[in-house]
Formats: sequence, C-alpha cells, structure tokens
Amino acid sequence: MAKSRRSEYDAAQKRRSIAIASASTIFVVLALIILVPMTPGWEKVQKSFFNTAVLYKSFPKLMEAFKVNVMIFAWSAPAIAVIGLLVALARSVHSPALFPLKVFSAIFTDVFRGVPVILTVYLIGFGIPGLGLPRPWNSPYIWGSVALVLTYSAYVAEIFRSGIESVHKSQRAAALSLGLTEQQAMRDVVLPQAVRNVMPSQMNMLIALQKDVSLLSFIGPVEIFRQAGVFKSLLANFTPYVGAALIFLAITVPATRYADYLMARQNRERQ
Amino acid sequence: MKFVTSISTLTAVLIASVANADSHCADGKTLNDGKLTIATGNPAYYPWVMDDSPESGQGFEAAVAYAVANAMGFENDDVVWVRSSFDEAIQPGPKNFDMNMQQYSITAERDEVVDFSDPYYTAPMAVLVSPGATDTNPTMESLKGLKWGAVGSTTAVAKLQNVIKPEQELLLYGDNADVNAAMSANQIDAALFDLPTALFLSAVMIEGSKVIGQFAADESDNPDNFGMLMEDGNPLKPCVDEALAELKGNGALAAIEATWLQDTTGVPLIK
Amino acid sequence: MMYKLQLNNVVKTFGENIICDRINISARSGELVCLIGASGAGKSTLLRCINLLETIDDGEIILDGQDIAEPGLDPQPIRAKVGIVFQSFNLFPHMDAISNVMLAPRRVHKKTRAQLLEEITGLFERFGLKDQMYKYPDQLSGGQQQRVAIVRALAMKPEVMLLDEITSALDPQLVGEVLEVLFTLKDEGMTILMATHEMNFAKKAADKICFLKNGQVLEEGTPDWIFGPDAKQETKSFLSSF
Repeated sequence: MAKSRRSEYDAAQKRRSIAIASASTIFVVLALIILVPMTPGWEKVQKSFFNTAVLYKSFPKLMEAFKVNVMIFAWSAPAIAVIGLLVALARSVHSPALFPLKVFSAIFTDVFRGVPVILTVYLIGFGIPGLGLPRPWNSPYIWGSVALVLTYSAYVAEIFRSGIESVHKSQRAAALSLGLTEQQAMRDVVLPQAVRNVMPSQMNMLIALQKDVSLLSFIGPVEIFRQAGVFKSLLANFTPYVGAALIFLAITVPATRYADYLMARQNRERQ
Repeated sequence: MKFVTSISTLTAVLIASVANADSHCADGKTLNDGKLTIATGNPAYYPWVMDDSPESGQGFEAAVAYAVANAMGFENDDVVWVRSSFDEAIQPGPKNFDMNMQQYSITAERDEVVDFSDPYYTAPMAVLVSPGATDTNPTMESLKGLKWGAVGSTTAVAKLQNVIKPEQELLLYGDNADVNAAMSANQIDAALFDLPTALFLSAVMIEGSKVIGQFAADESDNPDNFGMLMEDGNPLKPCVDEALAELKGNGALAAIEATWLQDTTGVPLIK
Repeated sequence: MMYKLQLNNVVKTFGENIICDRINISARSGELVCLIGASGAGKSTLLRCINLLETIDDGEIILDGQDIAEPGLDPQPIRAKVGIVFQSFNLFPHMDAISNVMLAPRRVHKKTRAQLLEEITGLFERFGLKDQMYKYPDQLSGGQQQRVAIVRALAMKPEVMLLDEITSALDPQLVGEVLEVLFTLKDEGMTILMATHEMNFAKKAADKICFLKNGQVLEEGTPDWIFGPDAKQETKSFLSSF
C-alpha cells in the first residue's frame, strides 16, 4: 500500500523530534561530565562523597546491615496491612452497639498520624521497655517495630477507609437486596473492590515504610543508616551514606515504577 | 570542698598567666579578633563542666580552657562559649569556633579532616554496667557475655569490635543520652565511657549502675588521648600546643587534673 | 382469596417530602403488575421499600400473609425472598457472571458451588446466556448484563420479583431481549411488580397497571381500561406522550 502523504509527514516529524531529543540529551550529559569536575571544590566533594575506595571498603558491611532493614520491613508490613484493614473496618461499622469501636478507631488514626514517627519510635522504643519488662520482651526491635506498625497502620487505615467509601453505595445496596448480611456485603462485594481501588496508594505507603525502617537506628539496632554513620566516623568520609542511598534506590525505584504501573493501569480501566 | 577547688583553679590560672611569655602567637588567628571562641557539648557534663555552665570555669575542661586561653594572652572575659553536638564538629568544613572541647579522642582518621591540639588528658576507658549486671567480674571473659551498647560515632565501637569482641550483637545510638536511656530500660547491660564520665553516670544518671573496671591507659595500641578539636589547618594550633606545653611543664595541668578528676582511682583494672 | 403481595396505605417520606402517599397496591400470585408514571412519581422508592432497602414510615407490606414491614424485624431473611433488579444492573465488577449469580445462594442458602452448578447453568441456558457464564460484566453488553442481573435475583428463588425500570438504561435494540425474558418469567408463574416506561409491553403482558402521580395511585386497572377511552383525564394525558 502506498504511503499516504499524512503518514509520510508524521514519520518525518517523528524522526525530527527524536533527533532533537537525542542531541539535547547528549549536550546536557556532556555539559555535566565536562563542566561539573571543573568547578572549584569538586575534588574535595568527590573525595568526601564519591570516594570509590571508601565505597568498596564499606559496601559489604552496609549490605549486611541492610538485611536488618529488610527483616524489620518483612515483619512490619503484614502487621500493618492487617491492623490497617481492621481499623478501617472498625471505622465503617453501622450498628449502634459498635459505636465505641468507631470512636476508638478515629482517635487511633488521629493520634498516630498526628505525631511524628520519630517521636513515636522514641516514646515507645524506650518508654515501654522502661516500664520494667524482662529481656527479650524489652527489645528495641520489638517496640521500635510496634511504633512503626502503629503509625503506618493509621495511614493505611485511612486509605482503606477512603477506598471503601469510594465504592458506589449501589453495590452495597445490590448485595443487601440479594439477602446478604452487612458483613457478607462488606467482605464479598465492597472490600474486594475497595482494596483494588487503593492498591497504588498502599504501594506508596509500602515504599515510605521501607525508608522509615531506618528510624529504628535511633534506639539501637544497627541497620544501614547507623552502619553508614559508624563508617563515616571511622573513615571521616560521607561516601558510606551515598552507598546506603544507592542500596535504598535499588529497592525503591523498581517498587515506585511498579506502583506507577498499577496506577496507570487503574486509570486506563476507569476510562 | 568548693572553696578548695576554687583555690586550686585560681592557683593554676595564676601560674599559667604568670608563666606566660608569648602572648602574640594567637593574634589575628581567631574567628573574632581579640576573642577566643570555644565550643562544648549541649549539655556539657560533669566532671568536664559543672552545672552545664562553662563560663564558670568549673569543671576539668572548663578549667583547662581558661588556663590555655590565659596562657595565649586572652583575658577570661575574652573567652566566648558556644555549643555544638559531638558529631557536628568532626564533619569536614569550616567551624564556628576556634577550639572544641568535648572529650574528643585523637584518631588518625579524624585528623584527616580536622586538627587536634596536643593531648590535654589521657583517658582510661571504663566499663559501666546496668543494675542487673553489677556482679560481673572485671575480666575480658566475663565482658564478652554482656549485651553491649555504644555511641556509633565514637572510638568505643572499635574497641568493642576489636578488643572485647562480645558474643551478642552491639546496639548503637546517636549520643550518650540514648545509651543511658537504653541502659535504664534494661536493653543493654554495659557501655564504654571514659572513666570520669562513667563515674558520673553511675553516681547520678543511672540508679544502681556501677563502674566495674577500667582498661589500663596503654591497653592495646591506641589509648584515648583527648585533644582540642580545631578546623583543618587552623594556624591557631601551634599557639594552643605551646600553651599546653607550658601548662604541662609548670604543673598547672596536673593540678587541674588532680582537682577535678581525683575520684578516678579505686576502680579495678580489667584483666 | 389471599393476595401474594399487598401494600396497605404505605407512606414514605424523606424529610419534608412525601414520596409515597398512602399507596394501596395488590398482586395475586403469578400476576404481572406494571407501575407507570412520570419520573419522580415514587415508583423506584416504592419498590425499594418493598425490598426493605428503605423503611416505610407508615402502612403495611404483606407478603404471603406476613407483614414484612413490621418495625423490629430483621430485614435480611426477607430480602432473600424478594428479588429486585435495578435500572443500572449493579453487577459486581470484580466477579464473573456465574460468580455474581452464585454468591448469594452460597452465602445465604449455604450451598456449595458444586451443588449449585447444575441449577445455575440451567438458569443461564434458559435465558440465552450460556456463553456469557464466565465473562466479566465489563465484557458484556447492556442487555446481557441486565439479563444476568435478572438471573442473579432469580437464583435466590424469590417469592416475588421487583423490576425497577430495567430497560431504561439500555440501547433500544437491546430492550427486546430483556423483555423476552420477562415473558418467560411470567409463564413460569412468577409474581412480578415492575416500574416501566415500555407501554407496548405493558399493554401486551400486564395483568394490572397502576398509574402513579405525586406519590399516589391515581388510577389502576386492566390494560384495556387504562389504555381505553374511559380512563381518567390525567392518565390519558400522561399516556399521550408515548
């Protein structure tokens, strides 16, 4: 089939824009590579922040320490999902007998979204063990994780709640009209749709959690941020922090891309 | 008691100022002409500074500071005190003080990014244990079995990892206050501090805790020598060193040490 | 002779507005009763009240001799006996057609999928939906979705079916297939109460037609009467717009 003049024009335009985009990108990259090292103080910055020898030396132990982050994340995330869902459901009850549950849930989300996480970590991480618990029940791993779980459950609960409210009430009406009880309507009809709707937002919470695990470093556990700090003091160099940042990015960037993909897919489905 | 200490301090200061020969060294080398800006911790602890008030000249480091200042030709009124965190000062870069006195140990790594004066005190390291571990024997073997904590950016970390080698994982913290909190919460059994600080903590901060032993000052290869911390390449250093040499030579430094750090005998050596 | 469904002086208000004003309607077993009237006349609200999705403010709703609107009754078992189909289908989008239909019998009648499979497959076949059983609602046309909604309500073996303008949201060419289904239902002896704008269908299939205006039953009668010359002036003028 012969090419129409429209498609030929479009093809030419496309070639042109690719050429311009490539040239522009190459120019910017070259400028960065050539000009940045020419700035005064670059050598000092490179030595302090991008020192390959230091990176090489500290990397193995940083990876070791990162296992602590992964571990804390691995047991906190499921707890947050479960408690967040329970708190959201508590907030959505209709029956008057369960009203105190509704109030408790509202107070819970207000308090733990309102206090900075680091404060909660300190207060619970040192405060509760300070009441005289025996070892190992006073471990900072336990109570630091509790602080993280309480805080993140509050945010996750509010996201679930908005998800539940975003399901059109005709769905609940249809479920009830078939003879399902309120609980069955919630469990089989509303909740599955609600969870699907808020999955991208919850992914964002998950990514935030991966980073906030580092807050436990303040109450003892030697996770990656603390280990980078020990290296900084030992080697008088900031490169270990850059190394820690790179390790975080290796995990969070794919996670962020996946969350974006979920969000885009959801928007497509809504059209 | 206070009368005696005041007399001793005064004597030391007088000796220093009378013996002072060269008061021109520091001219033009301080942040503010005619003033000597000295930094200390926030808060500054006994017995280094009494009542968190370095201006009083009370406390070992406060007394040494004024003695050195006088030896360099500054009047007491010319000394300006500022506060800094421990970590803040050992970062590379320009400082907002001429000298910083916060029990900084002189290490080769730190020396690459900041400058230290000659040592003004050699501190034995001591072991502080929580109330639950006060009957631990002062032997290396017994120490291995304790749960240890330390401030992440200090030389205690290296000592623990290389010399004591405890069986259980270390817990690391941002500052002394957090180490104390962890010990009070019974999350750690033991921590390393320089001997005077350890005695202070056991007497005042953590009820029931005890200093069970000290390491001989020449233990291992690197005894803790305290030096005044200065910006890298600070021209004031030779003047400070000269002043310190004077104070050592005429016994003024020893007198100050005897005044403020006399309680440091009577603690058994770790075998 | 006992009516299958009887509404006595049913009153429903929303705040200041009286939506249903002392409605009296009755249907014998197997009868098809059409409710006609302008939008806002109270037809939808009335149907939702019969299914106990709304509570009435006064009056009685008597199903097989029992007043189901009695205050204090648990509505859930009653709703299982009264089927309703909505204008906007309201299928559950996260389940395929057969799961949509099986959900309520599994939960309410405590049957398993295996137990229900034969019966439900038969239902799908009877209404020409055999090929749509495993499709998701967004893969079905409007007419197919509405028929699945009808099957979903039927799966609970209700005593009576309420249909709330079930063809109003459909493209004209799809209306026919849904109305066909209603003939089948009627032949099987189901008691049906339906709000509709499909006057041709009402004329052909209804046993009784009730004309509602401003929350009241203005006139009721056989199709011959309602569409005939002796009907009230208001009825005639409403019908003239069709």
